[in-house]
Amino acid sequence: MRRFSWFNATALTLGFAFLYLPMLILIIYSFNGGRLVTVWSGFSTKWYGELFRNEAFLDAAWVTLKVAVFSSTIATVLGTMAAYVLIRGGRFLGRTLFSGMIYAPLVMPEVITGLSLLLLFIGIGLDRGILTIVLAHTTFSMCYVSVVVSSRLVTFDRSLEEAALDLGCTPFDAFRLVTLPIIAPAVISGWLLAFTLSLDDLVIASFTSGPSATTLPIKIFSAVRLGVSPEINALSTLLIAIVAVGVITASLVSKRAIIRRQRDEQAAIKAVA
Amino acid sequence: MRRALVIAVPYFWLLALFLVPFLIVLKISLSDTELAIPPYTPTLDLSEGWAGFRAFLAALDLENFTFLTTDDLYWKAYLSSLQIAVVSTFLTLLVGYPIAYGMARADEAWRPTLLMLVILPFWTSFLIRVYSWMGILSQEGYLNQLLVGLGVISEPLTILNTNTAVYIGIVYTYLPFMILPIYATLERMDASLLEAAEDLGCSRLSAFWLVTVPLSKSGIIAGCFLVFIPTIGEFVIPSLLGGSQTLMIGKVLWEEFFSNRDWPVASAVAVILLLILVIPIILFQRNEQRQREAEGK
Amino acid sequence: MTAPAEFSPWTDPSAKPLIRFTGVTKRFGDFTAIDNVDLDIFEKEFFALLGPSGCGKTTLMRMLAGFEMPTEGLIELDGQDIAPVPPNKRATNMMFQSYALFPHLSLRDNIAFGLHREKMPKDRIAARVDEMLKLVQLEPFASRKPHQISGGQRQRVALARCLAKAPKLLLLDEPLGALDRKLREETQFELMDIQEKTGTTFVIVTHDQEEAMTVASRVAVMDHGRLVQVATPAAIYETPNSTYVADFIGDVNIIEGKAEPGDGIMGIAWAEGQPNLTGASDLTLASGATVFMAIRPEKVRISAEKPEGAANAVAGKVLDIAYLGNISTYHVELPGGQVIKAQTANTDRIARRDFTWEDAVWLSWSATAGVVLER
Repeated sequence: MRRFSWFNATALTLGFAFLYLPMLILIIYSFNGGRLVTVWSGFSTKWYGELFRNEAFLDAAWVTLKVAVFSSTIATVLGTMAAYVLIRGGRFLGRTLFSGMIYAPLVMPEVITGLSLLLLFIGIGLDRGILTIVLAHTTFSMCYVSVVVSSRLVTFDRSLEEAALDLGCTPFDAFRLVTLPIIAPAVISGWLLAFTLSLDDLVIASFTSGPSATTLPIKIFSAVRLGVSPEINALSTLLIAIVAVGVITASLVSKRAIIRRQRDEQAAIKAVA
Repeated sequence: MRRALVIAVPYFWLLALFLVPFLIVLKISLSDTELAIPPYTPTLDLSEGWAGFRAFLAALDLENFTFLTTDDLYWKAYLSSLQIAVVSTFLTLLVGYPIAYGMARADEAWRPTLLMLVILPFWTSFLIRVYSWMGILSQEGYLNQLLVGLGVISEPLTILNTNTAVYIGIVYTYLPFMILPIYATLERMDASLLEAAEDLGCSRLSAFWLVTVPLSKSGIIAGCFLVFIPTIGEFVIPSLLGGSQTLMIGKVLWEEFFSNRDWPVASAVAVILLLILVIPIILFQRNEQRQREAEGK
Repeated sequence: MTAPAEFSPWTDPSAKPLIRFTGVTKRFGDFTAIDNVDLDIFEKEFFALLGPSGCGKTTLMRMLAGFEMPTEGLIELDGQDIAPVPPNKRATNMMFQSYALFPHLSLRDNIAFGLHREKMPKDRIAARVDEMLKLVQLEPFASRKPHQISGGQRQRVALARCLAKAPKLLLLDEPLGALDRKLREETQFELMDIQEKTGTTFVIVTHDQEEAMTVASRVAVMDHGRLVQVATPAAIYETPNSTYVADFIGDVNIIEGKAEPGDGIMGIAWAEGQPNLTGASDLTLASGATVFMAIRPEKVRISAEKPEGAANAVAGKVLDIAYLGNISTYHVELPGGQVIKAQTANTDRIARRDFTWEDAVWLSWSATAGVVLER
């Protein structure tokens, strides 16, 4: 049905304007020369310069990046294992508890996750810093990874694994040589999701960070509590640009892979005909 | 052997870093406030063995929970969180449905791009998306500049630091969660159903009400829960866009913990918040289950 | 029907079976998938497990591959109990219904996959893969990925991948199910050719009776987890042991009646006021017991006049005529309302029909044409 009405066109235009205008304004005003953020006083990139001279922001960015890389990598390993256990593990003691613990953090309010982890770290006397943030981020993002990976595993043709066993693989080799290469796209998107969640997280990081480690969101939050600032506008613009470039590249790459695959399949059909 | 290891590693990770911390929260919510480190009693002294454990259990009580009912700050905060969550979920549905509908009816070649445009904001920082509204809604912000400039209003409106700003922030940040499930059900819908309805005498509007809306019901329900559940415990939006009169439980918990350093009360607040959340979560699960069963047929 | 006449180890009591099932039962919860099966399969056999979906044939095969464990009973391969052997250590290989070709590997790497697991030296692997590619005539496509070849080619890669390891026993799960009819027929002969060349024992699972009849040296017909009949295709077709087998294999008329046993002959009272049917039979049945006569349509003669000297002759009228090109099938309604099918070969090109709708005709067959069955 191609009844593209005015109503639909209006809904889409207004909807996407609503989604994108605020960020567009933010980006435009990051190039504003003046200190007064709401009054345009000429194009300038001076706030970007200020930003790169601000040691505190650079330190926080570095901490955030380290935390994100470590936590998303560990979370991907654990989350993939958890997904495999959920989909292929069969029955074992406490399976219901296990799947409950995988899904619960997805709906748990961040304030509670943060609070409970902080109380644990204090309870066992672990000093708060990069390590505690990594542990906290790993825990909640591994659940997201396992949801992404398990939805891929559900549609995975089990006979591929059986064929590998049949041809002499141990179960571990079957996973390493057959399952993992095939589900790799899901594992990679799980990693990306874990990475962005970690980059993005304010609440859990606030609870679990110590004075020695401040992440970028914590820094941004304490700055913007006082109001809009041109430096934060510049920083936000940079972060938006990085994400946009990343997401668009990823989608183009996967689109090209799909097109190539379709072309190959059509060639195969033609070769037979 | 290897299978046991593959199960054990994520299992124990979650036990240690999800279940145990939660049990600690539960335990502290039953303890008393103390000016000490840690700022609560009793603490479990394992050196005293079983007797120590019994003494520890005996010292736990529901005092903090009774305190929550006596101070009206707390129950007002819970009620106001629920109210804000309900209203903003409804507003998100009103904004999101037409967008999802427009996407599902758009040309097939366009749909992947539109879908990506909906998902893209989800990947950008939540904090920045909330922050972007501060500049728009403030007293001297872009919206007031525009409205005054157009002569619609003479005095700038106060929007930032009110509940209105909180609603706008929630609708804006959670919109993709509403659009995606509704779009998924609408996109699957067989277009010939609408043609059949019109053939049988429905007007376009009544065909929409009698066919499209009921068929997208599961998407609407899923979208509403996906917005409602995280909104209740929301912290960033009320603290950046809301004012001092904006009461939301996530913010109260944060302040109880960081400003008042009252850990037992903060823990009790968290426990009650979870109890409130259990109901919508179960309903949401049931909706998902029913949808899966319907698709299985 | 295709196996050489002299190859029949199952008739030789001294022959040792390659596979022996003894009292094998498999339950999934309350559901019994395999019910107390005893079965011998011999070396170099092309053995078909035939039955409708859900009859347990795939479970039986998966127990041989090692993906399912029998709940009770013993499965021996070459006299060894295989229960404790995991699938990756078994001298059997399986060709999956979906082919299960690894999508991320080229055809060459797919075929070499099992050989690498055996730690075979590189040069020997290469030689073996080339040999296999040649066997299935896919040399020009060796470096392609599975999605870059056709369905029929994928089927051959899957076969080559299993054969590369030179298994004692090759298991094929509905190997031709995904191919269209014409390609399936060609491939059946290719399979038989390859089986003969390599001398491997094949066990094939199929629901397609024609396929089983074409390729197999012996066929086991299964129903609800039990083996109903295990015999050569010709024996299954000509002397089914039950109406279930007769009905499952090919087209058949089944007439129910009461037994009136004679000496080596069974009289069947099948309708009031009609002469008894007679069929050659050694069954010892009480007079009046329920008995069935199964008669294939191509063995029923159709004529305008009552034939002289036929053991069985019944009158009826033509209800329907199905012209199938090479043959025509007449549906003839008997006075009692039962419909009997009779087939005639169309040997002349001009469609000259002797009979048409509503014609009164006679159907006749000899005493040995039909099979008398107890159940």
